[in-house]
Amino acid sequence: MSITTFLQHCLTGISLGGAYGLIAIGYTLVYGILRLINFAHGDIFMMAGYFMIFALASFPWPIAIVITLVITTVMGVVIERLAYKPLRSSPRMSIMISAIGVSYLLQNLATYLFTAIPRGYPEIPLLKRIFRIGELSASLVTLMTPVLTIILVALLILLVNKTKTGMAMRAASKDFETAKLMGININRVITVTFAIGSLLAGIGSILYFTDRMSVTPFSGTLPGLKCFVAAVFGGIGNIPGAVIGGFFIGIVETLLVALGYSTFSDAFTFLLLIVMLLVKPTGLFGEKTVEKV
Amino acid sequence: MHTRRNTILTIISAALLVGLLYWLHFNRTGNGMLISILQKSAILALVAVSMNLLNGFTGLFSLGQAGFMSIGAYVTAILLIPVSSLEGVYYMSGVHPSIRVFKVFLGSLPPWFQSLYPFFALILGASIAAIIAAIVGVAVLRLKSDYLAIATLGLSEIIRAIFSSPQLDGVTNGSYGLNKIPGFPKMFGGLVPSLVTPFVISAICIMLIVMLIRSSYGRAFLAIREDEIAAEAMGISLFKHKSVSFIISSFFSALAGGLLAMYMRSIEAKTFSIALTYDILLIVVIGGIGSVTGSVLASFLVTASKEWWLRFFDQPLDLFGWQVPLFKTGFRMVIFSILLMVVVLIYRRGLMGTNEFSWDRILGRFKRRKNAKGGA
Repeated sequence: MSITTFLQHCLTGISLGGAYGLIAIGYTLVYGILRLINFAHGDIFMMAGYFMIFALASFPWPIAIVITLVITTVMGVVIERLAYKPLRSSPRMSIMISAIGVSYLLQNLATYLFTAIPRGYPEIPLLKRIFRIGELSASLVTLMTPVLTIILVALLILLVNKTKTGMAMRAASKDFETAKLMGININRVITVTFAIGSLLAGIGSILYFTDRMSVTPFSGTLPGLKCFVAAVFGGIGNIPGAVIGGFFIGIVETLLVALGYSTFSDAFTFLLLIVMLLVKPTGLFGEKTVEKV
Repeated sequence: MHTRRNTILTIISAALLVGLLYWLHFNRTGNGMLISILQKSAILALVAVSMNLLNGFTGLFSLGQAGFMSIGAYVTAILLIPVSSLEGVYYMSGVHPSIRVFKVFLGSLPPWFQSLYPFFALILGASIAAIIAAIVGVAVLRLKSDYLAIATLGLSEIIRAIFSSPQLDGVTNGSYGLNKIPGFPKMFGGLVPSLVTPFVISAICIMLIVMLIRSSYGRAFLAIREDEIAAEAMGISLFKHKSVSFIISSFFSALAGGLLAMYMRSIEAKTFSIALTYDILLIVVIGGIGSVTGSVLASFLVTASKEWWLRFFDQPLDLFGWQVPLFKTGFRMVIFSILLMVVVLIYRRGLMGTNEFSWDRILGRFKRRKNAKGGA
């Protein structure tokens, strides 16, 4: 592999990793507060893809993007209200089964509404414009994804560290019960968490699918699980960690595909998960907890 | 003398079931649908019970069932595909020479061995899965609750990736999958016709699992499920018992996977994706987490409604000239997922909760109803 192709693949990988990072944040935030692997997160991401297809069919792209993001955010919050809130005091296994149930429901709903045939993802001409840097060429979306990811993460970190809501979120993730006793409206915090997570998944979905051309009802499952692995890799509950995990998985996956091991690119992610959980269960930047192992 | 009455009722219903199966054997034509649904239910019942052993009785939330099923299915399929069909199956990249040599050698063995061979294949597949479970369990079983779930789910995806990889083309036929797998064999020299075989195997396996649950191991599993630290303090080796549960559950999942390969006659790696595990989890949840009979009942109910009773949801419905708008392909699965969510959120115990099926309860319900009528 020449250095140019290597760099070209790295660029694709970084772009993919940026989208993964944005989705991984949703996992990390929710897990930090509810201790729940939100299995439905990947399917929210998939639904956002479909929303974009339909929004773009009847609106110009800036309005379509806004509509998609709003619907996705609302959907995330509604799912939390209907499927997770009633089970807040039940054992963790029931909430996880509920999350799997929601994921199952969203996939079947998407199959029912949009059929299982892949749907072409509309192109936004501006995002698809090709840029050339030396011998490398990349579309605007490829270049934009990592930059946008880093800006959004910086904003999110500001929100978490400087605002009152952010402080409530941190309190809830440190100690759920005590936060409640201190007068924090825990339901509001959880709603905000799901809203942020789904919004970022929506943005990630636009960036991801613009490069991939088509959406199916099942195209959310694997990216979703990979992003959870990214969140674990970076240390669950840690926002920059999730993004770095996302970039790492994105780059390695792209390089594996480029080397001809495409069937193993998914398996690699899970191998990484198992090794990580056994060797350093707190992840790269996670705080020390004793609960996982 | 309730116990005697219960034994008689059990024997009568078992005899009725066996009678139904033999009747189906002699009246295959026209009953193809019923036969295939019952067979599939029996196979899924075995997987559901083995998943329940792990998730319901030992409290280890594992999502790796599909992976272990694929091991059983692939091993059984590779061992059973006849020599004459090898060319047709491995049409893309040719078969690995050692498999051909092995199969030719098998052909020279005496006929009594030939008739037992499919069962050896099933058990070999299950044993390989059990060995893999034993090795992987050392690492994975240290994890708790949701981490165990995602790690086993990952494991199942890794197994699937290995089976569909181009490096194994000569053995697993990569992403093209295997076909021309022989159907169910006869048992006991034709005493049990091939149609009934999956029911017999599944029943034997489920009985073995029930025996395990009732043994001292089973009590230890329950203790671990209720409170790991207390169980350990009582002298129960956590690692040993978790491993036993994981290995046995994987063994029977793989055996059911082998049966599934015989049932479907053709398999590919895609068959054993995460969706399959979710389907089985759905059966376990609807039947009641921690109830063997619940899993068996739910497996028959869910499969029958999915493949048969609720089919009409997928067809366009014409009510007196008015086209009902909701009915089209996929509606059935939406109904199913909503049903699952209702069970998860409202009827959290499922069909049976942690109870087992008992005649006393059923008859008791009838009696109560009668009394209520009499009183009114």
